[in-house]
Amino acid sequence: MDASTDNTTRRRIALTVNGRTVEAEVEVRHTLADFLRHQLELTGTHLGCEHGVCGACTVLVDGRSTRGCLMLAVQANGCTVTTVEGLAAADGTLHPLQQAFKDHHGLQCGFCTPGMLTTLVELLADNPQPDEHEVRVAISGNLCRCTGYQAIVDATLAAARAMQAPGAAQRPVEAPVLPAARAAR
Amino acid sequence: MKPPAFEYHDPRSVDEAVALMARLDDARVLAGGQSMMPMLNMRFVLPGHLIDLGQIKALNHIDAHADRLSIGAMTRQRDLEYSPLVRAHCPLLTEAIQWVGHRQTRNRGTFGGSLCQLDPAAELPAVCAALDATLTVASVRGERSVAFADFPAGYMTPSIEPDELLTRIELPHWPVGHGYGFVEFARRHGDYAVVLAAALLSVDAAGRITRASVTLGGIGPAPVRVTGVEQALVGQIASGALFRETTEACRSLDAMEDIHAPASYRQQLAVVMARRALDAALARAHPAR
Amino acid sequence: MSLAAPIISPARSGGSGETLIGKSVPRLEDDALLRGQGRYVDDIHLPGMLQAAFVRSPHAHAAIRRIDASAALAMPGVRAVYTSEDFSPHLVTDRLVVGLPSSHYKQDHHRQVLAADETVHVGEPVAIVLADSRYLAEDAAMMVEVEFDPLPAVSDCRAALAREAPLVHRESPHNLLAEFDMTYGDTARVFAEAKHVFRESFWQHRGGSHSIECRGCVARHDAMEDRTTLWTSTQMPHAAMRVICEILGLHERQIRVVMPDVGGGFGPKLVTYPEEVCVTLAARLCGHPVKWIEDRREHFIATTQERDQYWETEIAVDDEGHVLGIRGDIVHDHGAYTARGINLAHNSAENVPLGYEVPNYAMHVKVVLTNKVPVTPVRGAGHPQGTFVMERLLDRVARELGLDRAEVRRRNMIAADRMPYRTQLKARGGQWVTLDSGDFPGCMAEALERADWAGFPARQAKALAEGRYLGIGVANFVKGTGRGPFESVTVRIGPSGKVQVLAGAAAIGQGTRTMLSQVVAEQLGRDLSNITVTTGDTDATVMGLGASNSRQTVVAGSSAHVAAQTVRAKVLKVAATLLKAAEAELEIVGAEVLVNGQPARRIALGSIARALAGTAGYTLPGGVAPGLEATEQVIIDDMAFSNGTAVVELEVDAETGGVHFHRLVFVHDAGRMLNPMIVDGQLAGGIAHGIGNALFEWMGYDENAQPVTTNLGEYLLVTSTEMPRMELFHRETPTPINPLGVKGVGECGVIPMTPAIMSALEDALSPFDVRINQTPISPAQLYALIAANAKP
Repeated sequence: MDASTDNTTRRRIALTVNGRTVEAEVEVRHTLADFLRHQLELTGTHLGCEHGVCGACTVLVDGRSTRGCLMLAVQANGCTVTTVEGLAAADGTLHPLQQAFKDHHGLQCGFCTPGMLTTLVELLADNPQPDEHEVRVAISGNLCRCTGYQAIVDATLAAARAMQAPGAAQRPVEAPVLPAARAAR
Repeated sequence: MKPPAFEYHDPRSVDEAVALMARLDDARVLAGGQSMMPMLNMRFVLPGHLIDLGQIKALNHIDAHADRLSIGAMTRQRDLEYSPLVRAHCPLLTEAIQWVGHRQTRNRGTFGGSLCQLDPAAELPAVCAALDATLTVASVRGERSVAFADFPAGYMTPSIEPDELLTRIELPHWPVGHGYGFVEFARRHGDYAVVLAAALLSVDAAGRITRASVTLGGIGPAPVRVTGVEQALVGQIASGALFRETTEACRSLDAMEDIHAPASYRQQLAVVMARRALDAALARAHPAR
Repeated sequence: MSLAAPIISPARSGGSGETLIGKSVPRLEDDALLRGQGRYVDDIHLPGMLQAAFVRSPHAHAAIRRIDASAALAMPGVRAVYTSEDFSPHLVTDRLVVGLPSSHYKQDHHRQVLAADETVHVGEPVAIVLADSRYLAEDAAMMVEVEFDPLPAVSDCRAALAREAPLVHRESPHNLLAEFDMTYGDTARVFAEAKHVFRESFWQHRGGSHSIECRGCVARHDAMEDRTTLWTSTQMPHAAMRVICEILGLHERQIRVVMPDVGGGFGPKLVTYPEEVCVTLAARLCGHPVKWIEDRREHFIATTQERDQYWETEIAVDDEGHVLGIRGDIVHDHGAYTARGINLAHNSAENVPLGYEVPNYAMHVKVVLTNKVPVTPVRGAGHPQGTFVMERLLDRVARELGLDRAEVRRRNMIAADRMPYRTQLKARGGQWVTLDSGDFPGCMAEALERADWAGFPARQAKALAEGRYLGIGVANFVKGTGRGPFESVTVRIGPSGKVQVLAGAAAIGQGTRTMLSQVVAEQLGRDLSNITVTTGDTDATVMGLGASNSRQTVVAGSSAHVAAQTVRAKVLKVAATLLKAAEAELEIVGAEVLVNGQPARRIALGSIARALAGTAGYTLPGGVAPGLEATEQVIIDDMAFSNGTAVVELEVDAETGGVHFHRLVFVHDAGRMLNPMIVDGQLAGGIAHGIGNALFEWMGYDENAQPVTTNLGEYLLVTSTEMPRMELFHRETPTPINPLGVKGVGECGVIPMTPAIMSALEDALSPFDVRINQTPISPAQLYALIAANAKP
């Protein structure tokens, strides 16, 4: 059946955001980014262009980096969403990427940073030991006007090393469903 | 820059979707949203209804048959990128997909969405042109097949009716040992190409070309198969010199012109990209055993 | 205080442990930003807040016949639509009069709060719509009917000067806004007598700042206090407060302007905009807080831009390549209004001869109106254009005389032993321009050495034998930084013992809070965790100039340093009395003062502050004035000149015009570095911006002044994959003109990049005899130049 006969402009959705179950009524035209920012008050996700170029609004949806301005909130129904607010450990310890950004001056104004971090969390889940070129390709859809990207690249390579080091804490951020497994299904 | 008001529908099956498309005036289909959502946000389109295909599981599949890959129109580009089936049977697609947008857009963007968007410089339509893909479209009247060559009706316009839905793409296998090359010139990594080229070659034990496919994107309103070059190649001994000579014909193609690139520049890039794609294809080709 | 104050030295500064000056301490700003806990303007949510959207002119030039908002007002959730007519009873003036003073203006064109009967650029605001959500506000903005009568528009600033050109403003006599000469020496004589005179024309193109956060503001009116607070993403809160007070006829306590976290500035946010006035007034009229967040399309059409200039130049040299004189004409695109002044054209003309011995100079400048968004500083502020012209002229001299490009520069550079060097130029305030310090030839020599300039011909020849086109380019720059006259900083210790720093400075991502903390902590206990910094709040400091011109570390840093020293002296004096010790025995450690490091004899900073807060009927200890605080506005009229050299090695794909960088060496001297990590970051960002200006960023307008690149898919910012690895090196020549010995760095990276890249491109394409006198250049244009000269 068409599940939308009387709920074509507003919908109830249920999803998991940063480990928390969220139920909300949303306007169907609201983007995921606006929903996170204004309805859930998770303002760490930033809007820089709202046409899918700058990457500042990137969040993880089921472990995959996604532009929050190019997805409707209603489409996140049933999904697991991780925003920048969900990257640090429960005790407040920064994610190794966050720590490396701090140590390597990987941020200046901080506006692109949440999208950089979420994109790179996915990269390191897919590819735990990327080389410099792979890091640059991974963030080629994230614009930064402050850093010239170099410190971000260096921070990412350092974080990858830190996460590979013996005794490195396992990060709780959801790993993406392995694409190979999904495709071979 | 916020989407305008619309009514939202998320059918669970192709039948539901085509029924909605038949019933609703002023509806637009939402596939992966990586082109449609910017158009909505910028209010370049103001549809009364949005039909989201994301819940139709039947449109998300990659299946290998003896002679072809069959891929659901809603298969995410990311899944194509990482698919061992695609890599094994259609390495040209695996290679081309590296050029499609960025990690975040491939995670959402779909095969079918890119084909229906039909940007003249997009990678996936060029792959379909190169491979002589067959498309299946559905409507309340049933299914029909469309050869990709007949799919573009004009600039960014597929030749399907407003109530028809692209459901499946079939990519015929090329023989084992075929060579493939995909190259493009873009201003930045991940941008739409200025000009791109896809090439496929089969060669025999003597190095003679038995089959060739050369496709250019970014030249005309839709991907162009350069059949003149293909015909000039078949039967010849493959070599860089041959490619240099034959691809010169690409300079006489009709080329688009816009604020970013004059036609003559696109023609130059067509020559260079076609040649480089053929060089790459030859380096990978080996005679079937 | 004396400007000749000795440079800070760790040995004589306060506190225990290691000095904080020159240390790459992690930034205090980072933790919150990394956790998504920054508070940018769009993160502010107030009860009852309405969302604004603007109706803007779609025409580059039009008369407004009629505005009908009735359909919009009838829509659900729409609370108000205000036009110029609605606002005018509440305005003392309906124009934002903000231009820097100059005697060269021929006419004044100030921006309108809302366009009344004429719009002069696409994007000019015509009405403001308030609704319950931004979605609804945008719906309603589409329904406001504005009847425009399109008028002829001018896009090209050269065409605007033609006698028959359409008028940018229909009532003005012509399109020439200002005209001036920057002249010294006797150019007529040297050009008549010179052995060699070379003529070059240049075009340099405008672009946007494109901070990833666009502009935006939130206003809340408190009717009980008759006071409005404006949170705005600006670089200059105090200027915004003054402009808004002036326009609305309010006194200075009635408007408070606060900067939340700002997601990048890069120049255009130093301007106060009509939208800030509109949102403030709308909040006062409607009784609700009002938020407006600029979207990216608005940023393309309503936020100021910079750099379009056309130059006709000549250089006169002797047989050895010594420059005898430079002369020429500049036509500068000013856009449709004066939103800042004619400072950019001044900077450009001033920058040409800055780093070299140019004995005779004559530049004639025309500042011209066009029907485009107004032009105000973008990172570099006119200086990149001047540097581009000078460096390209020197390349021409080298080519004509068969000299090495670096050698021509070396022969003309101002030698280190001539510092301070008074030029024959005057700054916009009338002061002589005096280069304070620096070793320009030494800097270039280091860059050439590090880039293996000498070994390049062999690399180039080897590549050419393989059919590859390698090129190398060099460019030097000198940039006045730390524009005065002052920045205001208060250092205060309260009974809590926390050191509060209140600065008129503006933090826009440059690490300003970290910098101020380092400077103040150095004097007051060297514990960064004991320092709090407040910037960008007109309630915290009465005066402030804000973020522009690479000035924060120089002017705010100097004031913070002196204020902290003053507080330190007072702390020690009072502590000596209270602890019955000699001042020389005391040391400030964290939040305490210790005698000879003995834990037994100590007093908390908070206790001293409490004692100085006074107790009724008792004298203050130490015979000092009340309070433990100092406010300083160190006056620094002269600029501290940073300098640097960029060397770029790249490869051109001659079949496509594609450019690939091999190396990028940048040697820079910003005086003493307070935090080298932050200096690196500032340079790197500037360099990326410069690469964008050279190869990617093109803000297109058609002949009717309609912008044709209004999204980030069409207007290309440089991305991670297009950036080369930057090799950054520092030299530290402390300036004698401020007590910290520091110079600015925020704009420096951008300045030499376009000439260095064009020089390298020409070098790579020397087999095709390619000449590049423009920036940016696209692969298509580069290929056209190659094809035009390709040997058959």
